[in-house]
Amino acid sequence: MTGLTLLVLALVGLLAVPTGARAATAACTPDASTACVGGTVRTSAGDPATGVVLTVEGQGQSVEATTDSDGRWSAAVTKAGDYTVTLDPASLPAGEQLRDPGKNPRTVSVTLNAQFGALFPLGEPRGGGTATPDPDATDGPTAQPEPGGSSGSGVTGKRVAQQLANGLVFGLLLALVSVGLLLIYGTTGLSSFAHGEQVTLGAILAYWFVQSLGMPLPVAAAVATLLGAASGWLQDAGIWHPLRRRRIGLTQQMIVTIGLSMVLQYLFQFLLGGGKLRIDTSNPSPVRLGPVSLPSQTLLSAGIAIAVLIGVAVFLLYTRTGRATRAVSDNPALAAASGIGVERVIRIVWTGAAGLAALGGVLIGLYFQSTSWNMGGTVLLLMFAAVTLGGLGTAWGALAGSIVIGVVAEMSSLVIPSDMKYAGALLILILVLLVRPQGILGRRDRIG
Amino acid sequence: MDWTRILTNVAGEAFAPATAAYAMAAIGLNIHFGMTGLLNFGQAGFVLLGAYSYAITAMAGWPVFASVLAALASAAVFGILLGIPTLKLRGDYLSIVTIAAAEIVRIVSRSTSLTDLTGGNSGLSGGDGYKRTFESLCPFPDGTTALGPFSYSNCAGSSWWLRLCAWAVVAIACLLVWRWMRSPWGRVLKGIREDEDAVRALGKNVYGYKMQALVLGGMGGAVAGIFYTLPTSVQADAMGRTMTFNIWTVLLLGGAATVFGPVLGSVLLWTVFMLVKTVLRDLQLEFLSSTQSEAFSWMLVGLTLMLLVIFRPQGILGDKKELSIDVR
Repeated sequence: MTGLTLLVLALVGLLAVPTGARAATAACTPDASTACVGGTVRTSAGDPATGVVLTVEGQGQSVEATTDSDGRWSAAVTKAGDYTVTLDPASLPAGEQLRDPGKNPRTVSVTLNAQFGALFPLGEPRGGGTATPDPDATDGPTAQPEPGGSSGSGVTGKRVAQQLANGLVFGLLLALVSVGLLLIYGTTGLSSFAHGEQVTLGAILAYWFVQSLGMPLPVAAAVATLLGAASGWLQDAGIWHPLRRRRIGLTQQMIVTIGLSMVLQYLFQFLLGGGKLRIDTSNPSPVRLGPVSLPSQTLLSAGIAIAVLIGVAVFLLYTRTGRATRAVSDNPALAAASGIGVERVIRIVWTGAAGLAALGGVLIGLYFQSTSWNMGGTVLLLMFAAVTLGGLGTAWGALAGSIVIGVVAEMSSLVIPSDMKYAGALLILILVLLVRPQGILGRRDRIG
Repeated sequence: MDWTRILTNVAGEAFAPATAAYAMAAIGLNIHFGMTGLLNFGQAGFVLLGAYSYAITAMAGWPVFASVLAALASAAVFGILLGIPTLKLRGDYLSIVTIAAAEIVRIVSRSTSLTDLTGGNSGLSGGDGYKRTFESLCPFPDGTTALGPFSYSNCAGSSWWLRLCAWAVVAIACLLVWRWMRSPWGRVLKGIREDEDAVRALGKNVYGYKMQALVLGGMGGAVAGIFYTLPTSVQADAMGRTMTFNIWTVLLLGGAATVFGPVLGSVLLWTVFMLVKTVLRDLQLEFLSSTQSEAFSWMLVGLTLMLLVIFRPQGILGDKKELSIDVR
């Protein structure tokens, strides 16, 4: 796995080369025809940050610089004027991020025969926190700007419509990942706490393929989905099938999924660091629909989610394997007695569920505009809320629950501070359980 | 590599206040899970409420005992609120609701809109004055004392005074749990764990007993919160899901439904964690940054949890016949 890290770093380096002449790591001395732009990058703990890539662009020139072992960098330019200094956040040491991402890139006015500083302090973006990212330290999506860009106060009709649209899209994406969680629960009785990491897996694979291997986004998403599905197959074959054979109880298996979720989460952090990872660095153009404006990419994501969900429904309702899946959900013993290969069905469900989670992860990563090693943790609770809210064990319930959670999360930011919006969604879960424990579409006999 | 320093660090971790806090939180969880069979996945929520309630009231100038009562009361209220919708339902509902509720209190207490009260996402630090009431009770003179290789301040911050209090409370809690397990009340809880319907058939109010266990264990978590934050600072993000999962690892490592399991689990987990982390850091491997060695140590914690549950669910001290993890 360390090999992979090195590979990633090497590829990042290679990709960076074509953007400018790789020069000027050697110290620059200003003279009559040269000006120097430089600075020192230190980690939030105060140590020098090595290998950070910066680009100085302007006046027809583009110079790239890399920080040395003292964290120092400098770039020589030969014309006076304004230059844009950009720090590549992907080249920061693992776990580091810019304290003020708004000041990257920044403009520096340069005159010849002089030295100019451009400092990029590292640390927690909004004050506080420690150098090592805590798993919960960033709320992932919460810190992101609202997709669709409606901020400001006051409840106006336009904002309500905008947040409703955002909520519906988010709900659809949530349904995409929840349906797998639900099918696993239905066929095996297991609440998989590691399902959030399957979501993260899809997102970071897409990030890696696009940003490091340079694949086009659709190809990257497809490959990430396939690899996600493969990981589901592998997980069932390697862990859950043997555990079922050993007759390990469901609660025990559930605690195993918690352990697995920790292992995977920190593996992601180990490989890719604690910073935010942008799958797609372009700024998608917004599309206006009446009062609502959504990025074209988000609309496409919603379309994909609807198509895939319809596909899942058709699979469950009309195909032989789908019917077998529902039979296993209803009564595994009876299904086995009528000649259905229960273990085969469960293997297919695990594979499909992990594939759906990976695809959902890519789309959610795009919707949040960035992903990170702990994105799945936040999404996991919303998935649980959606599935429980809809009624444990009903596929349509999962869809309904997801839409409710998505809409409540996005709409609640109209009335409560937006960093509390997921709290609002989780509160709805508890309130619904108070009055209707079987969930929106659940059956009474399932609540035990 | 400086083995003397590493081993001193590791041994110091064995009786650090945070280790005592984890032991305390696991004792609380043991009342939930080990004694009653409740699947509480929101223990960190109780810890967080205890920590914030103590810190906020201490900053308002309340005496220590009143602040502790406030922490206990907030945990009790939280437990009752959680118990009302879930304790009549199947076990996994409690687990999902508790994990969601713990997340709610974390998100709310780190929200920037509450900065005046909770310090928002940067939390509360010693400079805000929540440690003052506790430190002023310290009977020792100022300064530091070295006992063997361990040198800590007498009263301020992560002090001998704090260690003394934290471990004294852990000892009292162990004594109480030992008494409770053998009391008629404890036997009813055990009955609920093994077969809820049988206990109901005996005419016991199962719902009421479960609620008492939930509240009592939650109070253990709240006390843990006080000791967890007194040496450092109050940070909502340090008391999230990962903490809950660590508390579970501590409990299952030592052995659920045992008196000393939580203490042993906490000491063992955190000393080994410290050992792995510092050794990896000191090796200064070229391919392993210090953040990565920390991530690697956490991966080991997760792996420990998985292997424990699969191969030795009763933990080190537990008895397999006494506890079947699978609750209904």
